[in-house]
Amino acid sequence: MTRLHLDQAQIDRARDSARRIARSVFEQMKPFTTTTVERATLRLLGIDGVDENMVPLPNRLVSHLQEQDLLQHGAAAIVVGAMIERGCTAQQVAEAVAAGKLTMRRHKGEEAIRAASEAEARKMCEHIARQRARRDSEIKSVGESRRPWLYLIVATGNIHEDVIQARAAAEQGADIIAVIRSTGQSLLDYVPYGATTEGFGGTYATQENFRLMRAALDEAGARVGRYIRLTNYCSGLCMPEIAAIGAMERLDMMLNDSMYGIIFRDINMKRTFIDQFFSRMVNAYAGIIINTGEDNYLTTADACEAAHTVLASQLINEQFAYLSGLKPEQMGLGHAFEINPEMENGFLWEIAHAQLVRQVFPEASLKYMPPTKHMTGNIFRGHIQDALFNVVSTLTQQDIHLLGMMTEAIHTPFIQDRFLAVQNAKYVFNTMRDLHAEVEFRRGGQIERRAQSVLSETELILADIERMGLPQAISKGMFAEISRKADGGKGLDGVIAKSGDYFNPFPNLMLAGGQ
Amino acid sequence: MAEKLVKPYGDTLNDGRVQLSFTLPVALDDAAKEGARQLAMMMGLAEPAVVHAEDMGQDFSFFIVYGQCKHQVDLSSIKVSRPEFETLDKEGVNRLIAEKMRRKMVVIGACIETDAHTVGIDAIMNMKGYNGHKGLESYHEMRAINLGAQVDSEDLVKRALEEKADVILVSQIVTQKNIHLDNLTRLADLLEAEGLRDRVILIVGGPRISHELAKELGYDAGFGTRTYAEDVASFAVHEWIKRNST
Repeated sequence: MTRLHLDQAQIDRARDSARRIARSVFEQMKPFTTTTVERATLRLLGIDGVDENMVPLPNRLVSHLQEQDLLQHGAAAIVVGAMIERGCTAQQVAEAVAAGKLTMRRHKGEEAIRAASEAEARKMCEHIARQRARRDSEIKSVGESRRPWLYLIVATGNIHEDVIQARAAAEQGADIIAVIRSTGQSLLDYVPYGATTEGFGGTYATQENFRLMRAALDEAGARVGRYIRLTNYCSGLCMPEIAAIGAMERLDMMLNDSMYGIIFRDINMKRTFIDQFFSRMVNAYAGIIINTGEDNYLTTADACEAAHTVLASQLINEQFAYLSGLKPEQMGLGHAFEINPEMENGFLWEIAHAQLVRQVFPEASLKYMPPTKHMTGNIFRGHIQDALFNVVSTLTQQDIHLLGMMTEAIHTPFIQDRFLAVQNAKYVFNTMRDLHAEVEFRRGGQIERRAQSVLSETELILADIERMGLPQAISKGMFAEISRKADGGKGLDGVIAKSGDYFNPFPNLMLAGGQ
Repeated sequence: MAEKLVKPYGDTLNDGRVQLSFTLPVALDDAAKEGARQLAMMMGLAEPAVVHAEDMGQDFSFFIVYGQCKHQVDLSSIKVSRPEFETLDKEGVNRLIAEKMRRKMVVIGACIETDAHTVGIDAIMNMKGYNGHKGLESYHEMRAINLGAQVDSEDLVKRALEEKADVILVSQIVTQKNIHLDNLTRLADLLEAEGLRDRVILIVGGPRISHELAKELGYDAGFGTRTYAEDVASFAVHEWIKRNST
């Protein structure tokens, strides 16, 4: 493979900085849990369903534990204590609390309760492990595409219509289907319930919707002879819960960034840092590939000026991911083809950026995003922009390739827009399949020098961030030129200081067993 | 005025040549192809030719058609109602604020009262914006404060006072039995009562909002769908200049 000459020691220094940055945040967040981490824990213990007002039972139970001043001990032990006392399931405990028939309290016999909690937790871990094994065996039996995998989006706002579109997309050549969720779900502090047929720009991420789409894609995959991966959004105020239901229903990928919610949704950073750790731990255990959102930086900031912030953020995202037990191949680090098409030699810089990321993360499942910022209503030029994006993707050996639509900036894709986009990508990938192995970058040439300079800037900005700490860096607007304060944003009221006897059975089981 | 008749141009004046492409929800066969041709005729195209037809699977087929448009249009008879302000891009807005206000413009936004749907206010205000159009938070010369959903009118007015807001931006998306009208009137009355009405530029947006309706309710402007941050920002900065230049 053709390679840029990069200074490995410089890459190592940048990575070391990122490791210390992530570790420092991790240590600062260790003494805290959040309401959604506890709700996710309850979901993983088997609690599901809603009350007569459509409030999810995990929310009812966690609110109750807060009212009883118990949540700081961890929801799991309290609930399992009640299960033992009453000889019932976690679900029955939740239903009794929601019906006002049971008031939670602490139970004696901490050791026994912890052991019982672990036994309960192990049941769900075994279910998730079986889902993971099922994925492996499906891939083995129906096969999968060569990379770059084609990633297509459906967003009808109705899960049943989404299913039809997803089947058509699979038939047309999609390897990955991303179901867009409703605008605004990221700021809901609960996970909606059941099959949903409404939403703005997509429908809700719910466990039932996950299940329906999974079944449809398994069936479509068997028909087209390749495994179709399913993606949804694991960000927002309920990251850990979405991860939990995604793991149960065998999603394959999750948009799961360590900082996206802070920057682009104004969610409190403490809340996000705690939530991203737990959600990624679940994703790691479930064998899910996370997708990070650095491409978004380039829709706000300039793609050339901010190129180093993308790499810096990817390195930080990578280190957070390691702390949660994710393996390199589970890291779909994101970046994008967003340089202004009017810029002279812009294509060279796109190659430089994409190849740089490829070499810094040789084992990652890189996610490469198409042009959006500079797409206009000129669909003819747009189709060419997408073709150039496809060239860079195959030339630099990207893994997850989100298909560009020529009607970007006009409307959500028509069926023929997707069809033409798949044709475009397949044509380019096929006709240039081995080009990457046939050409070399000129030593000391413009592309190489550009990559080296982005790498140098990355090292410098990471050193800066390390000096001031990540929260301070975010508050200074170092990513996407957006400033967020440490105690600002939504969801801070859901951050709970753990008591000395806090207990949660899942980290032990999941961090150890995510192989 | 002299007539000015025009029709599409391919390679000869008045040949009327146009191209179009579309999908039919049927598998490709001869009937589908002939159907595509006849549809083009019904659209007013003479001598339509299906130059490309392709089966897309799942009972869908794709067509590219050329034909001759039979119609022409008299440009001299066309009147376009122009908006009362010029829509600038983000940089243009920033420049104008820097030049004329010489401080940051403070914009405070919310979904008021019963409305929990922030999709509109977020599209206009949040950094990420909508459809590739960045929101007001991304404007360097603006201080954009998005209070989010279900904000009481009293709280909004109180906060506007504290922040010395130049602009109040209200979104109403979901409405039943025209409750949005009550909500909007309530806010306008409250501002009047506080003696604030003339000090702020009051803007409302939402799918059921028109400029006429907004004016009727005592707002300075109303924006419907297909509005982006730069439209709102451009109106606000022009309105500010208008008010402060006399």
